[in-house]
Amino acid sequence: MSQSAPAVINPAQSEPPTRRFRGITNPLARFLIVRFLLIFPTVFILVTMVFLLMRSIGDPITAALGDRLTAAQLAERISAAGYDRPLVVQYFEYLGQVFTGNFGTAITDGRPVSELLVTYGSATLELAFYAVLVALVVGIPLGMVAAYYRDKWPDAVLRVAAILAYATPVFFAGLLLKLVFAVWLKVLPVAGRASTRTELQLTTLDNKSGIYLIDAFRLGSPAAIGDVLSHAVLPGLALGLLTAGIFLRLVRTNVIGSLSMDYVDAARSRGVSEYRLVRKHAYKPALIPIITVIGLQIALLLGGAVLTETTFEWKGLGFKLVEYLGARDFVAVQGIVVLLAVIVALTNFIVDIIAAIIDPRVRY
Amino acid sequence: MTTTPSRFVAVWRKLPIVHQVRQSVGLQRGMLVAGLILTGIFLLTALFAPLLAPYGFSQLRDEEGSFGAQVPPGGQHILGTTVGGYDVLSRVIWGSRTALLVIVVAVALSIFAGVLLGLVSGYLGSWIDRVLVVISDAVYAFPTLLLAIVAAIAISGGQSSFWGGVFAAAVSITVVYIPQYFRVIRAETVRIKSEAYVESAKVIGSSTPRIMFRHVFRNATRTLPLIFTLNSSEAILTLAGLGFLGFGIEPSAAAEWGYDLNKSISDVTSGIWWTSLFPGLAIVLVVLGITLVGESLNDLADPRLRTRRRADQSAPALETAPISTLDLNDDIDSIDPLEARS
Repeated sequence: MSQSAPAVINPAQSEPPTRRFRGITNPLARFLIVRFLLIFPTVFILVTMVFLLMRSIGDPITAALGDRLTAAQLAERISAAGYDRPLVVQYFEYLGQVFTGNFGTAITDGRPVSELLVTYGSATLELAFYAVLVALVVGIPLGMVAAYYRDKWPDAVLRVAAILAYATPVFFAGLLLKLVFAVWLKVLPVAGRASTRTELQLTTLDNKSGIYLIDAFRLGSPAAIGDVLSHAVLPGLALGLLTAGIFLRLVRTNVIGSLSMDYVDAARSRGVSEYRLVRKHAYKPALIPIITVIGLQIALLLGGAVLTETTFEWKGLGFKLVEYLGARDFVAVQGIVVLLAVIVALTNFIVDIIAAIIDPRVRY
Repeated sequence: MTTTPSRFVAVWRKLPIVHQVRQSVGLQRGMLVAGLILTGIFLLTALFAPLLAPYGFSQLRDEEGSFGAQVPPGGQHILGTTVGGYDVLSRVIWGSRTALLVIVVAVALSIFAGVLLGLVSGYLGSWIDRVLVVISDAVYAFPTLLLAIVAAIAISGGQSSFWGGVFAAAVSITVVYIPQYFRVIRAETVRIKSEAYVESAKVIGSSTPRIMFRHVFRNATRTLPLIFTLNSSEAILTLAGLGFLGFGIEPSAAAEWGYDLNKSISDVTSGIWWTSLFPGLAIVLVVLGITLVGESLNDLADPRLRTRRRADQSAPALETAPISTLDLNDDIDSIDPLEARS
């Protein structure tokens, strides 16, 4: 299982390559197939759970429009949407729809949820990209520093900083950043993905990607690029620092583990510089568990994105999700949540595959 | 170290937290003590909230009239008032009580369900085990906040009372954390199942429930205090996240930090800082305190991460020897509090 990957390298713990299947089939191919098939139960379970939880309160139409329509109108809409049929029938119909990529239609504005993915998913993707960038640039070097100075003051400071990054809710970090840089110092914009003028330019662009940075580059206007980037700084920092704390700890633990290996001592005795010892000898083997866990952070990132987008009015999937939550449009909520479940399952699959290609010990 | 400590001292030194504080040195001791102090303040504030808070959490006026909205800190309202006209200090203090109740209920429920499922699944094996493992893995991989939102929608339909709100929030969080307890207990159970004492119990004819609850249960639950600590800090963050998105407890039913932060988003834009800073700091300090405790206990329990006492300090052998409540076998992963978070 992807989640049981040990955070610390421990050769005794990893499973030996399965010799039983040698000759029967290629172990990597076998792993790929098994791992791919595992996606289906995962998604199936989450879809079922979300469906049952959401339907346990009644039908979505009453929830969304119950206070605006008369009983007769409600009944008409309910039967038109098929919510008066037995739950089992609705459930299997829904499963079939999800399987064919149809995640439902929002009640409040009548837009298909899969269309929302295209419109707002790119915004979330862009935010996630900035956040991962911040996390990598901040977390990995600092993690190596902390590991090298283990139990000395730089380590102490960095560890407390990492715990602080974890203890600060992403929306509180966002509000503080906003207060200091946007309201008091007035150096960065308060919210949004771009100023109105740039946004207008970008949305009228032909076959736009939806990722503002790419679109701004294609527009070729330095002002637009600067505008898009300045809007990205605070949300990217807020979400990125949260993740950076996790990367820091992860790199620290793993580099400490590999720094105590015999080959590091051997390299040191050959006169390899301390910098090179950490950077090459200890860091490289520590990368595998790091990659695995970084991949798993996609779930964390998506959860954090919902909060960050709300804080900064960043119009992505999370922002939209909260809007629909407020409108009690549970069909849209269910659709977005299921969509995210599929994304998470697929990402975990890809991460597992990368880990298996890098390290044969991961295969099972 | 020649005098024998009195019995009282000996017992005192073996108490769970005291033992770990004595076992730790240097930075680790600093982190543990700092965490214990912060957690202690949090617990005391939660317990004595009615005495500490100057006003009620949903109080909008006193005998001198209405509090007024967004009053800056100072004077009658030391930390100012919110956009809704509540006293910020009182909301922060009462919020600690809500947070404590929610995490106690949430963690107790998830431990109960998670441990029971883990024991049954790990000990009995067969297809039940496989199904439960796949389910828990699926839930575990999913963003906890999103799942908690879905659960909150299902549960919190019209919960406006204090206990209704607390339970709805707690159960939403429980749904998310059961898999974590389940995984740990199941892994331990599978390991313990093959121990000699379990086989001996089978040989002398003990019933399966007796083996499960007497022999396996007692040994498999040794890591629980640790996960409990780590999970409670996550539970506070999830509760705050739910409140921030508008799925927490109603403001008239209880004070909740996440809700207050949500209401302060627009304040921040107009430069009003006191409505967001104080509830936010409360969350940070509480989570920091609990995490420092959990983190230090985790490091102390893991011989690879424990800072050793210097040799010249001639510590008695008993103290450096790992007699913590936790299993020290290398085959147990150190539990990483941050890694599991989402």
